[in-house]
Amino acid sequence: MNLLLEGLREMLGAEPRRPAPEDYSEEARKLHAFKKTPEERERRRRMIAEELAHKKESFAWRKWRWPTIIVINLLFVISYHFDVQLVEGALTASRVLGFHFADLNSALQVMLAFKEVLINLLIGVTTVAILWWLVGGRSFCAWTCPYHLVSEWVEMLHLRLAAKGWARDIPLDRRLRTVLYVVFAALAFGTGYMVYEWISPVGILSRAIIYGTWISLGWIAVLLFIELFFVRRMWCRYMCPIGMTYSFIGATSPTVVHYDLEKCLHEGECRKVCLVPHVLEITKKGRATRPHIDIGADCTRCAMCIEACPTGALSFRIKGLDKLL
Amino acid sequence: MSEKMNNDGKPAPARAKAKKATPRRLSRKEKERRKFLLSILAGVGVVGLGLTGYYPVMTYARAENRLRPPGAIDEHEFLASCIKCGQCVQVCPVQAIVLADFTDGFGNGCPHIIAREQACDFSCDATQCVLACPTGALSHEVDKKEQVEIGFAVLKHPELCLARKGLGFKGLARGENFPGLHRYVEIDRWKPIRIADHPYDLEICDLCVRECPIKDAIRLEPMSDDPNDKRRTPVVTDKCVGCGMCEMICPTEPAAIVVVPRLRPQGKEKKGVRS
Repeated sequence: MNLLLEGLREMLGAEPRRPAPEDYSEEARKLHAFKKTPEERERRRRMIAEELAHKKESFAWRKWRWPTIIVINLLFVISYHFDVQLVEGALTASRVLGFHFADLNSALQVMLAFKEVLINLLIGVTTVAILWWLVGGRSFCAWTCPYHLVSEWVEMLHLRLAAKGWARDIPLDRRLRTVLYVVFAALAFGTGYMVYEWISPVGILSRAIIYGTWISLGWIAVLLFIELFFVRRMWCRYMCPIGMTYSFIGATSPTVVHYDLEKCLHEGECRKVCLVPHVLEITKKGRATRPHIDIGADCTRCAMCIEACPTGALSFRIKGLDKLL
Repeated sequence: MSEKMNNDGKPAPARAKAKKATPRRLSRKEKERRKFLLSILAGVGVVGLGLTGYYPVMTYARAENRLRPPGAIDEHEFLASCIKCGQCVQVCPVQAIVLADFTDGFGNGCPHIIAREQACDFSCDATQCVLACPTGALSHEVDKKEQVEIGFAVLKHPELCLARKGLGFKGLARGENFPGLHRYVEIDRWKPIRIADHPYDLEICDLCVRECPIKDAIRLEPMSDDPNDKRRTPVVTDKCVGCGMCEMICPTEPAAIVVVPRLRPQGKEKKGVRS
């Protein structure tokens, strides 16, 4: 089983597959067998009991991540209102210190609708693609997207309400995002209008913050309302084409969340907090085909799993850097 | 949207019974089916909402009702190529350009000018907004203000025009609270000031001609051969680029002269550029 292809398959909406016996590496097979021995089982039980007795919450990464989102979006606001020309424009397209930047999905929609390859956009898109490829692709979502942040806050509220039975999480089919991606691309091409852009919460929020186009926040409110009471993280999980574009970029990114089978106690804490739990399917008992695995394309590098993991089985890794040092 | 979804597939009698007996657990297959149907519903909902963006650009927000910034290409192409980033808004020294809100449908986030509130007076000397545009929605072929084709000024209310009545104008053109800016070259070549800080005293009102930034775009002509007749009428020539300065400065309420968007200039392939 090719892990990269499997990651892309899951990104497009397929359910994670149970690996075939021949997929496992010798080392992984041994580790799984070892985890089944009575002594090891006993040790795991003890460790989990110990953990539960001393539960602690970690915000090791969130304390950096939230400010990053806020600072990046504030830079746009400051650049405009104080005319400092650091990051001019909005998240759809901008000039950063004079260099063209363009959001991949917005640029794609423009070129599909306009039916012309625009050189400035090409420059902007290449710069942005390389940049996000370096830092993880969908890390755009967790580390820059303003909608992700508000949606995260609403999710926290949702979980509280759900615990009281006042809200529920109705699962949708993850293939929906792929369908919407194709439909919106086709609509841009067919109608010559950027159909997606007018309901894109990312562009809308970015422009509302910078230029004060407040009416469009009504649509954001509707989305958040649905996410609060009915479908947890609906937009980011099941709909956003921007997230999917960055998933493509992130599929081969050197910045990844790394899984260490040996340290894992298979408690599933990581999957509970994850926006895209299908990428963490390998943390289930007996699912990892190798002792060390880099998490798949759809991962937003939000690091919530790293914070949730009590044993340090998940960590950030920059491919190549460990060999270099 | 989802509220409706929740109630879907649960006929009322079943719900009444459920109160007595324990609610029937859905089988795995039923759950999958339900998930699939809800997903289709959600998808149709999002795409459906997306398509309603057609309405505004076909009706109240269509080309005839939106003055686009200098260099804007033909409306349909303009909406297709504008990436909705607002960089044109940011460079404008008089903030004449504003971004449309959600109510503009597919025009959401696209720039336009509301001339009566703040006209484009070319204070930037060149066309900064054009230079700022990353996609060419504002055509980069425009580099002089004379090449611009935003619209065309027309005397919509000749009966209100002071010059046509032979009247002068004294005071502030738009009152003391008007926030609009204009660059008066003779006062400060580099810094636009508030129109409210610039009183006039004119024997015959010629504000639209006086403040027009384009040479020979508008002039006052006598209304009769009688040398004692002080009445004059504004005549707009084909040099007019539609910047809207005349509409902003016009002291009557409503403005006697207004700018209408130029839809398809004669003999030109693209709107927004003239050779």
